Amino acid sequence: MIGTVADWLGGLCLLAGALLSLVAGIGVLRFPDVLDRMHAATKPQVLGVLLLLVGLALRLRTPSDLGMIALVAVFQLATAPVAAQMIGRAAYRSGRIDRDLLDVDELAGR
Amino acid sequence: MTDDLPAGRAAGDGEPAAGRPPPSLAPDAPAPTVGRGGRRRDQAIALGWLVAIWLLLWGDLSWGNVLAGLVVGAAVLLFFPLPPVTFGGRLRPGPLLVLAVTFAGELVSASLHVAAVALRPGYRPRGAIIAVPLRIRTDLNLALTAEVISLVPGTLILEVDRDNGVLYVHVLDVRGPEDLTGSRERILAVERRIVRAVGSPAEVRQLSPEPVDRRNHP
Repeated sequence: MIGTVADWLGGLCLLAGALLSLVAGIGVLRFPDVLDRMHAATKPQVLGVLLLLVGLALRLRTPSDLGMIALVAVFQLATAPVAAQMIGRAAYRSGRIDRDLLDVDELAGR
Repeated sequence: MTDDLPAGRAAGDGEPAAGRPPPSLAPDAPAPTVGRGGRRRDQAIALGWLVAIWLLLWGDLSWGNVLAGLVVGAAVLLFFPLPPVTFGGRLRPGPLLVLAVTFAGELVSASLHVAAVALRPGYRPRGAIIAVPLRIRTDLNLALTAEVISLVPGTLILEVDRDNGVLYVHVLDVRGPEDLTGSRERILAVERRIVRAVGSPAEVRQLSPEPVDRRNHP
């Protein structure tokens, strides 16, 4: 009984995670600028991966797999923002951003 | 986990014990040297985390794995030494829970927001880059706040001014000045939750008189 419920919940999580990852991909494709694309590459993407991991955890349910899944989640949370920041910073410093899209730029001239 | 997060931008900012003013009070002073004992303790904690990660990677607990983890962990600490970042505060379970729950909620709402912007047909979102000065300037606080901000609604770190404790943040989907004010307030709220969860008592006191735009950039 509990196993069935967990299987269904896990399936739902997998589906939701896959959809979010798809939307993140669409965002990366459609957004006009590097900085906007980094938004798509961090938030829905990270949540998508986390949901996929939760789904996996609910389906697998073995302690050693859970440990590995927890590690993946922690590293995903810790590294995705750093990667996005490095890419955004490199784009800004090398001038590869579209200034017409910015309302305010308090970093200009620093 | 908190000890190894700020690895990249850590400096000599150890904080061995209470009784020393927090580094944020004297940002220009030379970084204090950490006592040997404090450094040893930090390395022992880091070694503990590395062994735990090693065990999780192998997926089973055996003496062989613990031994191998100790060897690998010691080698990592020996060959890739990190600048000392000592955890000077204390963990408070209640605020930590608040931080985790709000973080989860904001991650979901941020994802849905970005997803909605991505899917809206023919919409070109406008952005802005704002400077947000933090109130607590320790490396740990800067790193944690930057991490969390990158994952919560509409904001992404572009640049960090470590000396002045200023984060430069890109905001997605700006429709008016009120969105910028909202983002600033949200970032300072994130900082407040983080300091309340892991900061030292002195840092928490520094937060309490909190007119939000006190130190906003012109």
